[in-house]
Amino acid sequence: MSSIKIELRQQDIDKIKEIAASFGNREHELINVLHKCQEHFGYLPAEVQEVVAEELKAPVAKVYGVVSFYSFFTMTPKGKHPISICLGTACYVRGAEKVLDEFKKELSIEVGQTTGNGKFSLSSLRCVGACGLAPVVLVGEKTYGRVAPDDVKNILKEYND
Amino acid sequence: MHLLVCGGTGCRASESAGIEAKLKSELEKRSLDQSVQVISTGCFGFCEKGPIVKVMPDNTFYTQVTPADAETIVAEHVVKGRRVESLIYTDPSSKEKVEESAKMGFYKKQLRIALRNCGFINPENVDEYIARDGYLALGNIITGMKPQEAIEIMKESGLRGRGGAGFPTGLKWDLTARTEADQKYVVCNADEGDPGAFMDRSILEGDPHSVLEAMAICGYCIGSDKGLIYIRAEYPLAIERLKIALSQAREYGLLGNNIMGTEFSFDIELRYGAGAFVCGEETALIHSMEGLRGEPTLKPPFPSESGYNGKPTNVNNVETLANIPVIYLKGAKWFSSIGTEKSKGTKVFALAGKINNVGLIEVPMGTTLREVIFEIGGGIKDGKKFKSVQTGGPSGGCLTEKHLDTPIDFDNLIAAGSMMGSGGMIVMDEDDCMVSMARYYLEFTVEESCGKCAPCRIGNKRLHELLDHICKGNGKLEDLDRLVNMSNVIKDTSLCGLGQSSPNPVLSTINNFKDEYDAHVTDKKCPAGQCRDLMEYFIIEENCVGCTACARVCPVAAITGERKEPHLINPAICIKCGACMEKCKFDAIIIQ
Ligand SMILES: Cc1cc2nc3c(=O)[nH]c(=O)nc-3n(C[C@H](O)[C@H](O)[C@H](O)COP(=O)(O)O)c2cc1C
Ligand code: SF4
Ligand code: FES
Repeated sequence: MSSIKIELRQQDIDKIKEIAASFGNREHELINVLHKCQEHFGYLPAEVQEVVAEELKAPVAKVYGVVSFYSFFTMTPKGKHPISICLGTACYVRGAEKVLDEFKKELSIEVGQTTGNGKFSLSSLRCVGACGLAPVVLVGEKTYGRVAPDDVKNILKEYND
Repeated sequence: MHLLVCGGTGCRASESAGIEAKLKSELEKRSLDQSVQVISTGCFGFCEKGPIVKVMPDNTFYTQVTPADAETIVAEHVVKGRRVESLIYTDPSSKEKVEESAKMGFYKKQLRIALRNCGFINPENVDEYIARDGYLALGNIITGMKPQEAIEIMKESGLRGRGGAGFPTGLKWDLTARTEADQKYVVCNADEGDPGAFMDRSILEGDPHSVLEAMAICGYCIGSDKGLIYIRAEYPLAIERLKIALSQAREYGLLGNNIMGTEFSFDIELRYGAGAFVCGEETALIHSMEGLRGEPTLKPPFPSESGYNGKPTNVNNVETLANIPVIYLKGAKWFSSIGTEKSKGTKVFALAGKINNVGLIEVPMGTTLREVIFEIGGGIKDGKKFKSVQTGGPSGGCLTEKHLDTPIDFDNLIAAGSMMGSGGMIVMDEDDCMVSMARYYLEFTVEESCGKCAPCRIGNKRLHELLDHICKGNGKLEDLDRLVNMSNVIKDTSLCGLGQSSPNPVLSTINNFKDEYDAHVTDKKCPAGQCRDLMEYFIIEENCVGCTACARVCPVAAITGERKEPHLINPAICIKCGACMEKCKFDAIIIQ
């Protein structure tokens, strides 16, 4: 599983128990439970998955199987400002790949990674439904449309805090 | 007077919420907030020129509005009754201002059935849906019709599923109705996985009640009291609006126990997807709702026999459902009079790519690609030449110049080597390389294959590798035959629709653009100039004035030359980043 080892605090464990209980500790609610846990923790480290498995009386392997199957679930923490580049077809044909390359170059990280200082993480996604603004980049909740490779530096500058 | 502001995802991304707030505050300032209402609606479709503000009842259509324009709209249009000229859409070909949406080229050929309420009502207010005859069809059916009568109407209408396969909806309902069971389910497929398509999302954001009403009608017909909507977690706005719609419908007794005082009870729950394209496939979707990995299973048994929790389940797509209430209000004959012989009604398309009017459109079946691309879509961006259009997303194929006059319907698209799919329509121009495009779709498939069966898991990976080789200049002539052979095997032997259709982009690009593949493998050239490894940047001596701009911007010092003398690029050093070409003001640098 993930290489990051974390120690769950009692309050974290209680939170997971509370989430599982709100779905009646039913195994078939696994995906809903994971959604809620990821909402709370920001990601799903192995330790969280183990508690979920215990609460739902499901094998850890099954929980891991589900987490790794769905791209929405992540086992690594996102950066403070998660950057997502849309690689949906509309954005792709309008040059999204070049924009992605520029972000990789500027941040010196690959897709799926987080910068050393924990500030930015990079991911790609498929169509956010704003194809009229292609290529589209999301930083946190904010949407940038018609992004050109030249704009990348300026976008990153906005988060110089 | 009403001011309608687009609250769809695209326009929200361009600050339409700020426009709405500003309009409201400007109206308040002038004490007009009682007589003029600001309504946030679903998508108008004309995303290219968003954010959109529409003034009713005079139908004025303002495009590319900014929060700063809100004040002008109130001060000029609302107060003085003068249209704000600068915000009115200018027709690009006639250069004339077009004030009303009905007269715009973008809307003229459209017919809105599934999108009938999108952009007209506030999706967060059930009263507005009801005012446009919402829930009337449900009322008529559950108080005055037997389930079988209602199913017959659905069959007569000729409605076919909009989720991709085009299966007749009435027949599917009939099959599920005939299966005996103590519990049945109605499932709405809102997974919309085709990258570059946003039809279903716009319907849910703009008119959620039409989907809820249709699910209840379906429930009555097949004998189910429980509905489930499987929606992508990546669609927060649609989820939000569905939640509001559900609670308002329950409050009005339009969902829940004993709807409208009848024996019929029906309620709906939301289930969230978690980012897996294959979960749009109905058996995978059902497993995902059961909390499992979303892996497809062999059909039969079909969901109509054994679906969610092993019970008979009717799965319909969002757009299919959105058509249903109005079919019952206007009749099966009305619906079947629209469209072609075997494809009735309309189809919603998400038009995107290298086209002037990116947006959401709805046209009668049988409209030609030419009408869609050149009349509604306003032609190709930047005056470039049309090359091809991909329908059906990663499962579909590309259509070219010679298909432009084909009437669009389920069967014609299949005959042309593509498919309807869910309605994504991506337009490509002369600058797009078709080999790269096929590689792009295969990359998607490889990522999204669930891995359950070997042909799809391994075969698509090999296809992708071959395409990648070709794009990098390492392809051989015999690779083209291997591509075709392997594609056919994958199609024939994969378990689910994903694998069975994933080679389509490869086969159709080879069929239609064989010369382009040949150029890649034999001449090691990319005619569209997109495959980086096959390009060479070259300076035209006559055009070069020796300004040195290119040499200064080149990151690897591959350009040499004296000031005021023609420069030269050393191909051995050049990393083909294109920086020099962007910088050159004299068009002296070309790609060969
Ligand atoms: C790989 C794959 C992906 C699919 N994705 C979707 C989808 O995103 N939305 C959808 O409605 N149907 C999708 N379908 C089609 C569904 O399996 C199913 O046919 C459809 O939801 C039935 O509804 P309809 O009859 O109303 O079209 C997909 C099928 C396959 C094979
Ligand atoms: S065809 Fe592909 S997606 Fe479908 S079951 Fe096989 S591996 Fe999974
Ligand atoms: S493809 Fe990027 S927003 Fe749709």
